[in-house]
Amino acid sequence: MIDFPILSALIGLPIIGSIFIFFNKSNESKLNSSKYLAIFVSLANFLISIYLWVIFDNSISDFQFVENREWIKDFINYNIGVDGISILFVLLTTFITPLCVISVCSTIKYRLKDFLIAILLMESLMVGVFCSLDLVIFYIFFEAGLIPMFLIIGVWGGERRVYSAFKFFLYTLLGSVLMLVAIISIYFISGTTDIIKLFEIGIDPKYQNLLWLAFFSSFAVKTPMWPVHTWLPDAHVEAPTAGSVLLAAILLKMAGYGFIRFSLGLFPLASEYFVPLIYILSLIAIIYTSMVALMQDDMKKLIAYSSVAHMGFVTLGIFTFTQQGIEGSIFQMISHGLVSAALFFSVGVLYDRTHTRLIKDYGGIVSVIPKYAVVLMIFTLGGVGIPGTSGFVGEFLILMGAFKKNILVAMIASLGVIIAAAYMLWMYKRVVFGTITKENLKNLSDLNKSEILILVSLAVLTIFFGFYPEPLVNSYEVSVNGLLDKHNLNIQNYSVDLKYD
Amino acid sequence: MIDLNLIAPEIFISLSVMTLLMIGVFLKNSQRLVFNLSILTLVILLAVNINIFQLPNNSLFGDSYQIDKLSTFMKIIMIVSGIFVLISSSQYLKLEKIFKIEYPILVLSSILGMMVMISSNDLIVFYIGLELQSLALYILATFKRNNILSAESGLKYFVLSALSSGLLLYGCSLVYGFTGTTNFNTISIIPQDQIYGITFGVVFIIVGLAFKISAVPFHMWAPDVYQGSPTSVTMFFAILPKIAAITVIIRFLYVPFYSLIDQWQMIIIFLSIASMIFGSVAAIGQTKLKRLIAYSSIGHMGYALAALATGTNEGIQSSIIYMTIYLVMNLAFFSCLLMLKKNSIYFEKIEDLSGLSKNHPMLSLSFLIVLFSLAGIPPLAGFFGKFYVFMAVIDQKLYTLAVIGLLATVISAFYYLRLIKIIYFDKPVNEIDKNNNPGLRITLFLSTSFIVFFFVYPNGITEFVKFINLI
Repeated sequence: MIDFPILSALIGLPIIGSIFIFFNKSNESKLNSSKYLAIFVSLANFLISIYLWVIFDNSISDFQFVENREWIKDFINYNIGVDGISILFVLLTTFITPLCVISVCSTIKYRLKDFLIAILLMESLMVGVFCSLDLVIFYIFFEAGLIPMFLIIGVWGGERRVYSAFKFFLYTLLGSVLMLVAIISIYFISGTTDIIKLFEIGIDPKYQNLLWLAFFSSFAVKTPMWPVHTWLPDAHVEAPTAGSVLLAAILLKMAGYGFIRFSLGLFPLASEYFVPLIYILSLIAIIYTSMVALMQDDMKKLIAYSSVAHMGFVTLGIFTFTQQGIEGSIFQMISHGLVSAALFFSVGVLYDRTHTRLIKDYGGIVSVIPKYAVVLMIFTLGGVGIPGTSGFVGEFLILMGAFKKNILVAMIASLGVIIAAAYMLWMYKRVVFGTITKENLKNLSDLNKSEILILVSLAVLTIFFGFYPEPLVNSYEVSVNGLLDKHNLNIQNYSVDLKYD
Repeated sequence: MIDLNLIAPEIFISLSVMTLLMIGVFLKNSQRLVFNLSILTLVILLAVNINIFQLPNNSLFGDSYQIDKLSTFMKIIMIVSGIFVLISSSQYLKLEKIFKIEYPILVLSSILGMMVMISSNDLIVFYIGLELQSLALYILATFKRNNILSAESGLKYFVLSALSSGLLLYGCSLVYGFTGTTNFNTISIIPQDQIYGITFGVVFIIVGLAFKISAVPFHMWAPDVYQGSPTSVTMFFAILPKIAAITVIIRFLYVPFYSLIDQWQMIIIFLSIASMIFGSVAAIGQTKLKRLIAYSSIGHMGYALAALATGTNEGIQSSIIYMTIYLVMNLAFFSCLLMLKKNSIYFEKIEDLSGLSKNHPMLSLSFLIVLFSLAGIPPLAGFFGKFYVFMAVIDQKLYTLAVIGLLATVISAFYYLRLIKIIYFDKPVNEIDKNNNPGLRITLFLSTSFIVFFFVYPNGITEFVKFINLI
């Protein structure tokens, strides 16, 4: 059973599904079969990944389900596998995708078939990103994801969709090409791009800083960190609901994952060296973008800025190099994946009914659509990081890690939590409470079946992980330990080397 | 004793050019026959050349004609693209009323010229080949002779190309004057560092060849000629002469003048950087499809040159891989262009493509794939072309070149994205005719599948190219 290429199946299945959908006729009756096919494929992928999680052995920090085949002769191997960290992101991807597919099926009115194809392709590529154990393979998956996302924003987006799609594409591409230079340089410095081998042999310290910066340029754009975050609000606002969800829940996590896997794993010394840079940028992201979020009048934009702030916590946590910090970052990413996805879905629900996202166009909807108000409350609290939601666990661990390293940084970061509470709750108050003044709000319909399915499943997980984070922690704990041990060993070795030099 | 089997392709193509000319003159209404026979000729040439590829390297006629892996491989990809250019252009030629016997014959004779160029190992043989291909190309550029743009482009091409040939010839004569020989191998043995005249000769030769591949700053003719020539001829221009000229550049730089690498490396790096940047920046403002692809191909030549600036076998190999992928992408792009017509009038402006994806999903998808591939986005073939080039460049620690090249990729992505935006995001304005002939469809299908599925088995090309070693 181990020989079955289960990860390749996860990557390949959505592609096969999208090919079938592409050759499906696009008339009314066939459209339904495309929908069912997409839902079926994405659910099947989710079940496969659940199975993967069940048989995953979380007592060792090695990569598992490794597939290693020759791809380009004497050069690059098709090398994929998962450890305790990446498997969670794979799960997140395969969990969010079916929700996106369901939401798309019921909301998108034109060119639905193409949208389904794009989403399924996205899923393949994102699973590929989290599984790849070779730098070149990683780069290919990482970049290829631009194509479907560009189309999703551009074809189904709002009024300024062209501007946003271009901005998204060019920002990300600009960041990534430097990473390509770094990857090729690593090949010539160390003789391989296989990251398992690279972890063993390490990279010459004198090149690490430059290479780290090249990787950083790519991940910083994708995270996104201040000051290169400006593409994100645009992309989020203009993208259709499912596009925003994919962006916030999964695409941003590719960068956080990249920081953990590559920046930390490959360049331990450079990572230590650049800690001040990361701290400063993270703090600016947390404080400044939270303030910006406070002033937004567009709900999607507000959530987008809050994403930047939350990702600021993630980068802060990763570069504390403490058990709590890194675990907190991983947890925060998963939690943010659930909560921000849910928030974007919720905004999408309102937008589908009233076609406006401005906060001032709402107010008092609690008396019309109470069910909606309840789930939105859960996600708002999740976004704030109230104890009992998954948002709390991550932020708490990150702040704990930060306190160990630098109290000042931790204190400033804690302020961000307060501002987060301010903007989230203020938005909730203005949208949901008060008295209804707008005519068109009086006959809003409450959540329909597919919306309930999507939002409730997200809400359940948000609360579940808030009270019982154990399943996630169990899966990444050993891997994080392994990562940190290796990191500390590297730092020690280097200082020993310095002494003998 | 000279083994004439080795130049069987050249002999065969010369004979068939003459025979086809006779058929065309003496048989009435034989356009179709001549056209098909010339495609057949190319197919036979292809088969013979593939056969020759397995033979060891050889030189003929007192070392003035080289049949080696480089020449045979380049001939093979050139002939393959020649076949596809011909089969995809027949419909266009008929609709534009230029379906004449001269067309395929001129194409064949310019291919003959290019084959001689590619194999030449001697300054004089090289020049003869170059002139043969150029003369045929001048006529092809003006082939739509009632059209003022076509006439203008032909004239422009003639004047500028003749100028560049003059520079080339001047460079050749300087080299001959200072070394006393025209043979590449003999030149390479002479201690060149002490003779400054040779360096001047090399500069002139590089300038002349840069004209032929339209590298910046010798690119001015390209947009006008691309724009004015009939589209099928533009397709030919964009692919075949560039393959031949790049091969000649490879041979010049790496065989006779390899010891002057310190001198020419700077020139090539400059040409490469200038082409990459100019090609991507200048294309942004274009409104005509063919001008756009002209600037795009200027940029692409920059990447091929970047690999050649390295001075290594890997550089040659990656440049050849790049050219192979470039030619496939161009075949695909032009066969898309040749499909875009309304009431038998071909589209010229970018805006005409607006909203194409609404009614023509398959064609738009091919367009999308080609454009993303031209922009170098993985996992499409264009990415691998760039990847190999930058492998070679970074291996030689030319980091500035690599970084500038990759930044130029980002700039160039902008105008490819603009085309995609027009096709996918805008509202449809035009219906296009659906009656496309099978040759065009086959070309588009094969080239697009190549682009998409290249990543499945990239070893196919790299293993072939590994045989090409000049140093």
